[in-house]
Amino acid sequence: MDGLRKIVDQLKPTFSKGGKLAKLESTFEAFETFLFVPNKTTHVGAHVRDYMDLKRTMVIVVLAMIPALLFGMYNVGLQHSISIGETWSIMDSFLFGLIKVLPIIVVSYVTGLGIEFAFAQVRHHEVNEGFLVSGMLIPLIVPVDVPLWMVALATAFAVIIGKEVFGGTGMNIVNPALTARAFLFFAYPAQMSGDKIWVEGLSQGEGIVDGYSGATALAEAAAGNMQNLPSVAEMFFGTIIGSIGETSTFAILIGALILLYTGVGNWKIMLSFVVGGFLMGTLLNVFATDTNPYMSLPAYQHLFLGGFAFGAVFMITDPVTAAQTERGKWIYGFLGGFIAILVRVVNPAYPEGVMLAILLVNVFAPLIDYYVVKGHVKRRMKRFAVKA
Amino acid sequence: MSEVVKIKKGLDIKMVGKAEHTLQVSKSSDLFAIKPTDFHNLTPKLLVRVDDEVKVGTALFQDKYRPEIKFTSPVSGKVVAVNRGERRRILEVVIESDGKHDVLEFKKGSAATLSADEIKENLLGMGLWPFIKQRPYGIIANPESKPKAIFISGFDSAPLAPDYAFILKDQLSSFQAGIDLLAKMSGAPVHVSLPAGQDSPLKQVKNAKLHTFAGPHPAGNVGIQIHHIAPINKGETVWTVGPQEVAMIGRSLENGHLIAEKIVALAGSEVIKPQYYKTTLGTSIKEIVAANIKEGNVRYISGNVLTGTKISKSNFLGFYDSLLSVIPEGDYYELFGWALPGFGKFSTSRTFFSWLTPNKEYRLDTNYHGGERAFVMSGEYNKVVPMEVMPVQLLKAILAEDIDAMEQLGIYEVIEEDFALCEFVCTSKIDSQEIIRNGLNLMIKELS
Repeated sequence: MDGLRKIVDQLKPTFSKGGKLAKLESTFEAFETFLFVPNKTTHVGAHVRDYMDLKRTMVIVVLAMIPALLFGMYNVGLQHSISIGETWSIMDSFLFGLIKVLPIIVVSYVTGLGIEFAFAQVRHHEVNEGFLVSGMLIPLIVPVDVPLWMVALATAFAVIIGKEVFGGTGMNIVNPALTARAFLFFAYPAQMSGDKIWVEGLSQGEGIVDGYSGATALAEAAAGNMQNLPSVAEMFFGTIIGSIGETSTFAILIGALILLYTGVGNWKIMLSFVVGGFLMGTLLNVFATDTNPYMSLPAYQHLFLGGFAFGAVFMITDPVTAAQTERGKWIYGFLGGFIAILVRVVNPAYPEGVMLAILLVNVFAPLIDYYVVKGHVKRRMKRFAVKA
Repeated sequence: MSEVVKIKKGLDIKMVGKAEHTLQVSKSSDLFAIKPTDFHNLTPKLLVRVDDEVKVGTALFQDKYRPEIKFTSPVSGKVVAVNRGERRRILEVVIESDGKHDVLEFKKGSAATLSADEIKENLLGMGLWPFIKQRPYGIIANPESKPKAIFISGFDSAPLAPDYAFILKDQLSSFQAGIDLLAKMSGAPVHVSLPAGQDSPLKQVKNAKLHTFAGPHPAGNVGIQIHHIAPINKGETVWTVGPQEVAMIGRSLENGHLIAEKIVALAGSEVIKPQYYKTTLGTSIKEIVAANIKEGNVRYISGNVLTGTKISKSNFLGFYDSLLSVIPEGDYYELFGWALPGFGKFSTSRTFFSWLTPNKEYRLDTNYHGGERAFVMSGEYNKVVPMEVMPVQLLKAILAEDIDAMEQLGIYEVIEEDFALCEFVCTSKIDSQEIIRNGLNLMIKELS
């Protein structure tokens, strides 16, 4: 450790102000603080500080995504093997998925971090850790067949337009990862929708079993083919067709436990999102007709399908874009879940509504907070009136 | 006694090195200083020069804009230095004691014999007035103002805090006299808050409303207590006085001269034998810390680790402080520190495995443990501010310099110490106390 520290200390002057490579100060600083927690001591205010910092927070979130990621890799292989009519071992499926998914992760991180570093450099800021999470979220919410250049483009769009123009991590209005997904969805509708994109190799169509459709459960449901839906166990454990990391509610729940136990994820938002979705699902059940069988899909199954669980645990809970007030969090989460299922079932243009619903409530979060704060001020005023 | 107020939000930071209940009297310093920097919003006007002879109670400087407020020498002797900082700002007026205790005499008496005006005159003359702070703003009270009430917190819940039950156990009559004097002078009710579950000697205090508070820090902060007893509205003023200072007021006025003795706790993980010292206001800490501090790079803090002031080991104890904390400096690098499991790292979040040992006492240092970032996490501050206040929203209103919003969100009720825990728990390492003080200064400027 001392040796490494020595090397860093020797390099430091080169990258500091006045040094040859001073232009890369933020970059150097980012790598240095990645290796070492800095020796900076308190100078104003509290002399002691909690060990918690943003790096730790972000690392915990990435850790929580690992189960979903690993399962997603396995599932990529599994779905491919089904599509070509073969039976692969778990290891084969996983390795196949690993090879397919890893490039997407690398592209996402390299593009995003590159831009983050550049912006930090220009602004003379420290590099923010926010993208550690976004960079992992993006690969998990795209279909496996997505071209890598699209991932790069979408990531760049999300980081620049979704985040940096607002001032960087902590200042953004909408979730950057969802911005990337929405960009893909709207910029390349031909490549990003339909039944051919969810299973690796299906769009090329080589060696595919006759009659294999590749449609996601949601697409089947939207088309009214309720008999084609997977079983509840398949939905829950995630051996179904869908975006890379979104299919397994089980793996996502492991992540949820990590987030909730460490306190990094907000339980109020998660719970109210699920309650909102469930309530909407139930409401649709009540008004279900024979002509629209989708509406009679049991409400709880909605929670296992599509991106709902992933959205509930990793997307809606993003503290920056969520409501900041405690009461606001309940409203925000509930609205998110409620609208997600509504869009999913009722709007025929979008088979999945979670992404759009979360983006929508992201935009509404400041408004929700505004009214919560207003109510708080009113209560404060009343309290004085009573006590005075 | 009224019912117990239970504080639910907050955080007890358990640290190694709480002072033991032993009182050391022998060690006495020669050097004493009064530091204008201990007082917010004060422009001092110097009244003495180097080499001037002073008595106990001789005015050293006064408030330029409220000249009746004087700051006096706690000992008799000679002014040896007026230390100045940037732009010739006076940092400290240093007096060398001659050990004679020559005193400046004032009219002697108790609440029964002195009139309200005489009490005020004595407090101002002896230099005891600065002990009376006002809310809003946490500055020295205006002698002209009529407070709604006077609040005294009879305990301190901060990390390593001194135990006032121990400090005041032999000063009860002085404490009572102080209460009587303050009540008579102000004509306002006096509230004294006591800790639940402790048999505080202050329970016998008369002529004051007693309140009991239970729960974690900041239950002992007077601001939190005011908030739960009778919150401050716009246009109202309340006064606050520290418990030991109340006793000092009582003792000094009864004897007719300033008696600036006080008991101070020396605590912290780097102290060999943490204990109490009987000393005098503004003492140099040199003798106290001599031969009682472990080796290594340490930080001396006048006050507690959350709100205190960093001082050097030959500097002086702050005007309001009854605690000297000594903790290790954190100027070291830690390889992958953010990624390690963290068994020995105290944190409010469960991301460190220290949650397995909730009752462990920690040796905390002064490292930031991360870099400063924008607000990212939400709801962290709410858990440590037991007030009907939205901390983040208030801080943001201050940053935006939105006076109306600051008023509505409760700027009158808070001072920086009430936000010290926010600063401690903050993931983004935002210095909230500084923001609050800037907000208070802005309010003072805008509303005067």
